[in-house]
Amino acid sequence: MNIHEYQAKELLRRYGVAVLDGHVARTPEEAEAAAAGLGGPVTVVKAQIHAGGRGAGRFADDPDGKGGVRLAKSPAEAKAAAAAMLGHILVTKQTGPAGKVVNQVYVEAGCDIGRELYLSLLIDRDTARLTIIASTEGGMEIEEVAANHPERILRAAIDPASGVSGFHCRKLGFGLGLKGAQLRSFETFVTAMVRAFHEMDCAIIEVNPLVVTKAGEVVALDAKISFDDNALYRHKDLEALRDDTEMDPKELDAARHDLNYVALDGEIGCMVNGAGLAMATMDIIKLYGSSPANFLDVGGTANAARVTEAFRIITSDANVKAILVNIFGGIAKCDMIAEGIVAATRTLHLTVPLVVRLEGTNVELGKKILAESGLAIIPAENLADAAQKAVAAVKGAA
Amino acid sequence: MAVLVNEQTKVMTQGFTGAQGTFHAGQGIAYGSRYVGGVTPGKGGTLHPELNLPVFDTVAECRAATDADASVIYVPAPFAADAILEAIDAEVPLIVCITEGIPVLDMVRVKRALDGSRSRLVGPNCPGVITPDACKIGIMPGHIHRRGSVGIVSRSGTLTYEAVAQTTAAGLGQSSCVGIGGDPVKGMDFIEVLELFLADPETRSIVMIGEIGGQSEIQAAEYLKRENFAPGGPRKPVVGFIAGATAPPGRRMGHAGAVISGGRDTAAAKMEAMAACGIHVADSPAALGSTMVRALRG
Repeated sequence: MNIHEYQAKELLRRYGVAVLDGHVARTPEEAEAAAAGLGGPVTVVKAQIHAGGRGAGRFADDPDGKGGVRLAKSPAEAKAAAAAMLGHILVTKQTGPAGKVVNQVYVEAGCDIGRELYLSLLIDRDTARLTIIASTEGGMEIEEVAANHPERILRAAIDPASGVSGFHCRKLGFGLGLKGAQLRSFETFVTAMVRAFHEMDCAIIEVNPLVVTKAGEVVALDAKISFDDNALYRHKDLEALRDDTEMDPKELDAARHDLNYVALDGEIGCMVNGAGLAMATMDIIKLYGSSPANFLDVGGTANAARVTEAFRIITSDANVKAILVNIFGGIAKCDMIAEGIVAATRTLHLTVPLVVRLEGTNVELGKKILAESGLAIIPAENLADAAQKAVAAVKGAA
Repeated sequence: MAVLVNEQTKVMTQGFTGAQGTFHAGQGIAYGSRYVGGVTPGKGGTLHPELNLPVFDTVAECRAATDADASVIYVPAPFAADAILEAIDAEVPLIVCITEGIPVLDMVRVKRALDGSRSRLVGPNCPGVITPDACKIGIMPGHIHRRGSVGIVSRSGTLTYEAVAQTTAAGLGQSSCVGIGGDPVKGMDFIEVLELFLADPETRSIVMIGEIGGQSEIQAAEYLKRENFAPGGPRKPVVGFIAGATAPPGRRMGHAGAVISGGRDTAAAKMEAMAACGIHVADSPAALGSTMVRALRG
């Protein structure tokens, strides 16, 4: 689960991570008041969307104008900047061409930037440890730095038995060229970040840029937090920070029905049991010359109600010209799935061609139920046959 | 022979009297495996009402009384890491965790506890381990398997069944199938399972099924190049497949570990690295069996 920058900073502040003062605003007037309250010669107005590259991004209705991060030298300027952002679509490198609507801005105090660095915390799969990644290349995309200048990336892995220690911070801090008071400020910063990561069950915290001010303080100028979805059950308070407007409506719908669904832009809707097989089904559709409209893992406990919800969500996508059901029954029983398919097809009055491949537990019973239903279901013998028939159905409809 | 489990393996179940534990232990027994008892804290001293096997309060008690050498875990995600840690503490040689949805920081602690322990962990978020006609630990449908010569290792459950069905249909059968699971932090990874397959005389060829996210398939391919395909190595044919060629970057595809996050973790990058190391890469998930048949013909 991702959250906005203003939410991330509010959380990090509680753990003692140094962030600048700021206020969220949902109207230009609120932004003006926020800027007045902060005082100072300059404030920064930042569009709040779940995507990076905001500064370099452009608004869809003003492609030659300024980006999603603007300096304001007065409360009136902050108000004008907020008015240009709120309700407008911001397109960045990470949003895709459709962009995202800005529903709130963050008005933040300015600061005297000495140096811009990079810092992130994540779980490294290879070492199975919380790993701190730092770089002198602040403000750059870390993937690019890793590809072009791998020597500029510093890493420190934390042993879960002994936790974060001074030497981790010194290793990174000296590597970044920090000295004296800067180094002490960095150690405080990193230690607080590690505690925040653990206590909130984060998947990633990224601070880019991390700023060393001219006064020698280490401060998070940006902050991105993503939480481990598997651990949200023990953080009900964090769950409240979820912003539904950032999600695809079909994905939101699926999530409410506990279905694992990812919307794609193809034309064959897929319902599969198991994540690996669901991906493989998408891949084989592509191989035979069409494209998948979605990823959907219906899981091991698929019954009529679940199948109906899955079909409803799949067909709510206007691009879907055929549906491919691919079930390899282990825990999932083919007869139960078949009953679900028959019930869902009748309830929803499905009009697109439906190709069904069943294999595994109770497969004969399942096939019999489909055959005797009298519905125009196209049965498939195996995975390749299923994909070919679904693709043929789409091409036939075109 | 086979790997990890065989006719002699004595299996205990953690989460024994729950719905999942009861159902799948029953399926394992029906398959002919040696299930010896299990653990449900608070129900120690009773007999499992359906399976008629002893229930214990702790893993250590169960192991002492039954001499179990493998434990399968069906405990719900919030308590699963604790269950694995208890099995490690009781020095169970093989721990298989089926549970999906364990917080990754819990698995970081588990992984640390495994270091230097006497236990091996398979999973979590996996279908389990099976040696056909000998021992079934997990949730896979037993009837699709045939005892044979192909060792299968996979990050995906149902896609493993696909590989099983295709190698069964090709008349090859399986020596053992190991589902290593779809989580980013897990027990045994490809290399540790491949090591067992290379050393096992009954395993004459290998299918490895990976997916997007992480580097472990590439590391495994390089390992196979060194230890299998090099002159003097066992030179067992290996067929590979990577799911997720059509997955968009940055999106988690069902499995917690299946997400493209930059670098060489795409399906294309992995398949290219595997082919460069001597693995026969199937271009389609429907071609796992036929690719193996071709690979065996040389």
